[in-house]
Amino acid sequence: MNIRSVPLTAWIGMAGIAMAVIAAAFAPWLAPFGENQIVGSPWEPASHAFPLGLDNLGRDLLSRMIYGARMTLFVSFCATVLSFSLGIILSFVAAVMRGVVDMGLSRLNDLMMSIPTLIFALIVLAALPQNLFVLIVVMAVLDSTRVFRLGRALAGDIAVMDFVEAARLRGEKTLWIVFREILPNAMTPLLAEFGLRLAFAVLFISTLSFLGLGIQPPTADWGGMVKDNKDGIIFGVSAALVPGAAIASLTISINLVVDWLLKRTSSLKGGRGG
Amino acid sequence: MTDTQPTPSIPVSAPPPGPVAVWRTRFPMASRIAERIVLGIGLLFASSILIFAGIEMLPGDFATTYLGQAATPQAIANLRAEFGLDRPIVARYFDWLFNILHGDFGHSWASGQSVSGQIADRLGNSMLLAGAAAVIAVPLAVGLGLIAVLYRDRLVDRLINLVSLAAVSLPEFFVAYLLIMVFVVQHPVAAFPATVYDSMSLWQKLQTIILPVATLVLVVLAHMMRMTRAAIINVMASAYMETAELKGISALRAIVKHAAPNALAPIINVVALNLAYLIVGVVVVEVVFVYPGMGQYMVDAVTVRDLPVVQGCGLIFSAIYILLNMVADILSILVNPRLRHPR
Repeated sequence: MNIRSVPLTAWIGMAGIAMAVIAAAFAPWLAPFGENQIVGSPWEPASHAFPLGLDNLGRDLLSRMIYGARMTLFVSFCATVLSFSLGIILSFVAAVMRGVVDMGLSRLNDLMMSIPTLIFALIVLAALPQNLFVLIVVMAVLDSTRVFRLGRALAGDIAVMDFVEAARLRGEKTLWIVFREILPNAMTPLLAEFGLRLAFAVLFISTLSFLGLGIQPPTADWGGMVKDNKDGIIFGVSAALVPGAAIASLTISINLVVDWLLKRTSSLKGGRGG
Repeated sequence: MTDTQPTPSIPVSAPPPGPVAVWRTRFPMASRIAERIVLGIGLLFASSILIFAGIEMLPGDFATTYLGQAATPQAIANLRAEFGLDRPIVARYFDWLFNILHGDFGHSWASGQSVSGQIADRLGNSMLLAGAAAVIAVPLAVGLGLIAVLYRDRLVDRLINLVSLAAVSLPEFFVAYLLIMVFVVQHPVAAFPATVYDSMSLWQKLQTIILPVATLVLVVLAHMMRMTRAAIINVMASAYMETAELKGISALRAIVKHAAPNALAPIINVVALNLAYLIVGVVVVEVVFVYPGMGQYMVDAVTVRDLPVVQGCGLIFSAIYILLNMVADILSILVNPRLRHPR
């Protein structure tokens, strides 16, 4: 791959992602104040000491943004990795095994997808205890239905190719076919899908936190910070818009990179379906 | 060798033998539609089981949550008996389903009010919100999608593409608060909170909900437009479009006469998918704008673990979603001549 062929938009996207990752990784060193340290009066406007102003309880908004990056990124990344592992393995197994297994898994997936994700999450979260582990697993399981559908379609295309047939006739086991024959050939579209799912996970956890059902206070996360500061909007305090803008920039950054990956894939294949 | 024959796709349902097969070949379109309706009803039924069982299987029920950790086993048992939680799950499921089919969603655990009454009030409000957004967003999105294809790879297309890429990445609540900041705080032209009352006329209600509708339109528009564009471009890549181009007819005529009829089915799907997405968008937007709809009712119920309300709202949201998808599939069967004759 030629570095020069990477378009400007993709570079901007990668820079945006890098910024969020750095903020998350080095939060304790970067943040000027503690995550829950009260340093002034509520919604104090931006000043030299507090570049973004203070939040609804008088905590430094910049510090909370930096700590919030940690929580938002951690949860969405874990959920996406888990949903990917789950979705890909199940979908590839379904495509390779065919028959009853495929039928059963695909129909179950259709059923799960027949309920909107957010509604499903609300139903499940109403009954489950509220903690980080539950949250990540719920997000992952619900999201894996989308991965399953893509994976099933991709693997279905690849599973009928000659080299898979050859491996089958050679007597290879199902797991070999899944990991050594199909997975490497599905890598690029899956990478793009990973980006899309990650962007979706960021939006999803932020939405849940905004509704008060995601990450619980006082832990900082971007969606929850919008919720904390939303009442200030009507008085012209823009504290709620800052974490909102951060979520938007992060997802836009991810989408810019995904867009480039998708274009690369389609040009590699010489334009699919043409 | 039959078991190694490639099977590119699994059919939705195995072709039934006997008289059904005959019927299928004689009335291909009607049978496809009938199949789709049966599938829709099946999904609806299965999702009701999922919603009910999903909640029942999970640890902790209302009695333990309501009375707290320190409650005596006797108190928990009493409360369970009062709400009928001590009966077997299958019996409770069929009771629940039977009542819902008769319009009774039970009573809220938190307030004791009838869930059906609340839903009846709020469903109309949510429909008004989503409907108003759809009426604006659908023609706008399809039109912009067409423009993007017409000026493909030119400045207009790139601009629409870039803006819509950014727009699909924005969380609903961010768009909503941005609109509030601009149109309520800085230039007071719109109402906040957008609470509507039964006593308001339709026109007053529409004036009140301008901002939530605008939020929903912005959120859905970009996505719908991108998908419309992709659907039309997909059709444009086909051989008959090349023929049309070689015949020398104008680009607009080629799109309207040749591409549009074939792109109709995918576009209907795009529209339905996004209308279904509006259901989810409604939840967040209602919370932001303090709008008395289904979404806010459900979120409030989830917060206090008021399960009858959560189940009722969840079922209604899923039913609307399933119905929309079913209608979309039936419409695309109807408009696409190729689907009228099964292979």
